[in-house]
Amino acid sequence: MKKILTAALAASMLTTPAWAKEVKIGFVTTLTTGAAVIGNDMKNAVELALEHMGGKMGDLDAVVIYGDDGFKPETGKQVTDKLVKQDNVDFVTGYIWSHVLLASRKSVLDAGKFLISANAGPSQVAGKLCNKNFFSTSWQNDSTTMAVGEVLNQKGVKSLYIMAPNYAAGKDMVAGVERTFKGKVLGKDLTKWGADAQLDFSAELAKAKASGAEALFVFYPGAAAGAFVKQYHQAGLKDILPLYSAFTVDALSLPKLQAANFESVLGSVFTQEWDPTLDNAANKKFVSSFKAKYGTYPSFYAAQSYDAMFLIKSAVEAVNGDLTNMDGMRDAMMAVKYDSVRGPYTYGVNHMPVENFYEREVVADADGVWTTRVVSTVYKDHVDPFAAECHME
Amino acid sequence: MDYDLLFIQTLNGIQLGLLLFLVASGLTLVFGILDFVNLAHGSLYMFGAFICAWLTLQLGNFIYAVLLALPLTGLLGLAVERLMARYLYTRDHLDQVLATFGLILVLDTLAHLIWGPAGIAVPLPGWLRGQVEVFNGVVVPSFRLLIIATGLVTAAFLFWLVNYTRLGMLIRAGASNRTMVSALGIDIQTLFALVFALGAMLAGLAGMLIAPITEASIGMGNNIIITAFVVIIIGGIGSMKGAFIGALLIGLIDTLGRSFLDDLFKLFMPSDAAETSAPAVSAMLIYIIMAMVLAIRPQGLFPPKVR
Amino acid sequence: MSMTKRSIWPTLGFLLLLLVVPLGFYFYDNAFYLDLATRLVILGIAATSLNLVLGYGGLISFGHAAYIGIGAYAVGIPVYHEFYGGFDSIASTNGLFQIAIAVGIATLFALITGAISLRTKGVYFIMITMAFAQMAYYFFLSLDEYGGDDGLVIEVRSEMPFMDMDSPVQLFLLCWMSLVVAMLIVRTIVHSRFGMVLQGAKGNNERMVTLGYNTYVYRLTAYVISGAMCGYAGALMGNFSSFISPAMMEWGRSGELMFMVILGGAATTLGPVLGSAAFILLEEIFSSVTIYWHLPFGLLLIGVVLFARGGLTGMFRGRGN
Repeated sequence: MKKILTAALAASMLTTPAWAKEVKIGFVTTLTTGAAVIGNDMKNAVELALEHMGGKMGDLDAVVIYGDDGFKPETGKQVTDKLVKQDNVDFVTGYIWSHVLLASRKSVLDAGKFLISANAGPSQVAGKLCNKNFFSTSWQNDSTTMAVGEVLNQKGVKSLYIMAPNYAAGKDMVAGVERTFKGKVLGKDLTKWGADAQLDFSAELAKAKASGAEALFVFYPGAAAGAFVKQYHQAGLKDILPLYSAFTVDALSLPKLQAANFESVLGSVFTQEWDPTLDNAANKKFVSSFKAKYGTYPSFYAAQSYDAMFLIKSAVEAVNGDLTNMDGMRDAMMAVKYDSVRGPYTYGVNHMPVENFYEREVVADADGVWTTRVVSTVYKDHVDPFAAECHME
Repeated sequence: MDYDLLFIQTLNGIQLGLLLFLVASGLTLVFGILDFVNLAHGSLYMFGAFICAWLTLQLGNFIYAVLLALPLTGLLGLAVERLMARYLYTRDHLDQVLATFGLILVLDTLAHLIWGPAGIAVPLPGWLRGQVEVFNGVVVPSFRLLIIATGLVTAAFLFWLVNYTRLGMLIRAGASNRTMVSALGIDIQTLFALVFALGAMLAGLAGMLIAPITEASIGMGNNIIITAFVVIIIGGIGSMKGAFIGALLIGLIDTLGRSFLDDLFKLFMPSDAAETSAPAVSAMLIYIIMAMVLAIRPQGLFPPKVR
Repeated sequence: MSMTKRSIWPTLGFLLLLLVVPLGFYFYDNAFYLDLATRLVILGIAATSLNLVLGYGGLISFGHAAYIGIGAYAVGIPVYHEFYGGFDSIASTNGLFQIAIAVGIATLFALITGAISLRTKGVYFIMITMAFAQMAYYFFLSLDEYGGDDGLVIEVRSEMPFMDMDSPVQLFLLCWMSLVVAMLIVRTIVHSRFGMVLQGAKGNNERMVTLGYNTYVYRLTAYVISGAMCGYAGALMGNFSSFISPAMMEWGRSGELMFMVILGGAATTLGPVLGSAAFILLEEIFSSVTIYWHLPFGLLLIGVVLFARGGLTGMFRGRGN
């Protein structure tokens, strides 16, 4: 046993030489369970970004080490610890899930490294728990759904039924809609989330219908999205209870929905800071090469991961590869010196993007493939509501 | 009180109960007759869903896919029996729990390797996609009615099989007296293998029926398996009647709890607290009921007489 | 019992190894392996406590992960109130107070659920212990104030006399010493008259009852001791990970604890620790090779059950039958 133990420990130590001239990036995402479909899309975007930068950030080789959070905050924290302590990475990024990010943030920030969220934006990290070494390439959770509330107001919707999973982001999203929606919320269901999430929404949909609301707002990211839209379709609610959503209908769920021909989703409305049709050079390059390489439209998760890689690159180049110069890298990121696929944006005091939010709808593209397009701009340079609570040291 | 809603939710509860019965009946057959605890029964449910979903996309027809997927799931059950379960019949329950716990990891990962992580959405034929008006203004998705009908037909078939056929007699005898059955010249190994395959097909059928609603996804069996165990524990292990009544009870409690518990809670607590605690308490409800049943009747509600 | 006369040296040797190797890694600048070892040692305590009922008592508890969760929340909740106010009577960062709560609530939970569960037998017992653990899981899931599904970040570790839990080395040493004490406690219990009755009831309960022993009380006592020890392990776990979530109490986690005991060898002193060491190391090695690591891991589990009866200790001792 002794020999086995020491041999095993030695073997795993050998795999991580610490002397190469490189910048090491830990990327935490979900690679197992059904949610791996998101993780794989993000991973694809990171690989594409590495390809586009020729594997280099300045003179340094860019090395990405992936960690699988298994859709559990505890596991996410463990892999983050490993990236920080064993692999000694310079940046940690990724993070789909708010609760995984909340569990893991201390491990990165206490070690004095940069933490860059490529998706999760819980209200805490935008407000009281803001940190000078934390940046986001996505949004604060509430912002996207605040835009949904605005859209609902613009369309004159008077009453709403809300459904979302019962976890940090779910609660933030619901709070966002309630913050701006001026009508009445007739009912709200928070359903079980996690590895054994509830996927049969028959009881909730029956309640929503019985409530007599004019519209339905949902937030169901990842695999739950397909299940939800299908049941919405089967329950025949399209004309009774129009669907408004956030992070539910996306490039990951649309191909599946199209394969099963659930056309109720066409025309459904949601909001986002990014869309594949946004007209800027970086986005055109990203979307066309992503489609060429992987055969599908990129999701917003992919877009934000792609941005995260270029944000890190801009920081490394600003200090000429001197990774000990934290202040220099921070100032560079703060100044947003790269071409984001969402177009130009700035950072607020809490290091959350100050960016536009668009109303989007589901349409078929020229080849008949279901995708999305921008309808209008809901918010211009939107500052999230928690920025005021952030007192950066 | 909204009676239309109550009616719909009762129907939803019955549907969930019948799906649970399909899973639990296989579990209780295998447990009652083979004395084998199969935690991986839920993985067979998942494989049923995946095989059927994949075949639906290949063949373009859900019904043909189900008809083809059923024997395939049975074959998978036979393989599990032949390669692993057979060697565990004489072991204690602890070994069975651990080995089938390992099997869950293996089967879930195999599904991930074969079909990828995304899960598969299952398109339904047009006649199953619509709505049926049950009575004035109350509509129900027609596919959910099909689930209820299939569940009831399967239940009737199982009662007939166990109570009125030679195979059923052998099954019941195999449970109570193995040596006698062997003495009658019946190959008990084949009998056991058939029972195991039947259990796998029942679980698979449940997976196939739920797939068009929730889609086939990795790990979908790991939630329902525990609920199915609760069902057979409440009903009395090995009892088909117990599994049926237990399944309907749990299905109704779970669905009605999810739907009306928050309204109930709002009567005596702030609405915010009610909205967040109700889902958790309704999830806990079935375990509370199980503990109560076992505290009063440690053998479940309908312990089989022959044992 | 036949296992009393075995040499104590392998056990001492392994414990020493468990102490020296991780510290060696730490001082050679790889802090990660000390983390791994701390988690391993804490799970070793939990597995040792489970072994008392499962190995020696023959009571297959499928719900021991609940005690780890209870213990961890007993650290997290007082700290939460210390930081964010409310519930002043339990707001505290005092480690001794937190451990007392952890052990106290774990004892109470074991007493109540054990009293009901022990009325059942066989697979009913397996399933009712799991049901109670699921109840605890959903209970903590519903506590919105403490994060619910998201879990709770423990802002500061317990304050203990004479030591600093923030130092990874001191925390590891505390866990290691706790493990040694836990093993001694179980060993002492097993070799006492109480332990003889417990093991006798595992072999033939009717005989022990005929001899005049109220085996129900013996079993309940063992169950409560086991739960209390496991609750203590949970308090250490909360301190180690400074994060808790209901997911730590899921039935899969209880299954993993059972596997650790069987892998190492049930009803032996060293078995559970050996089992948790093998489990954690294999998990670490497999998962760093492939994301499909559950496949070989599951096959290994099946293989151990089918072919390696008696677990690792059985293999090393060459128990041939």
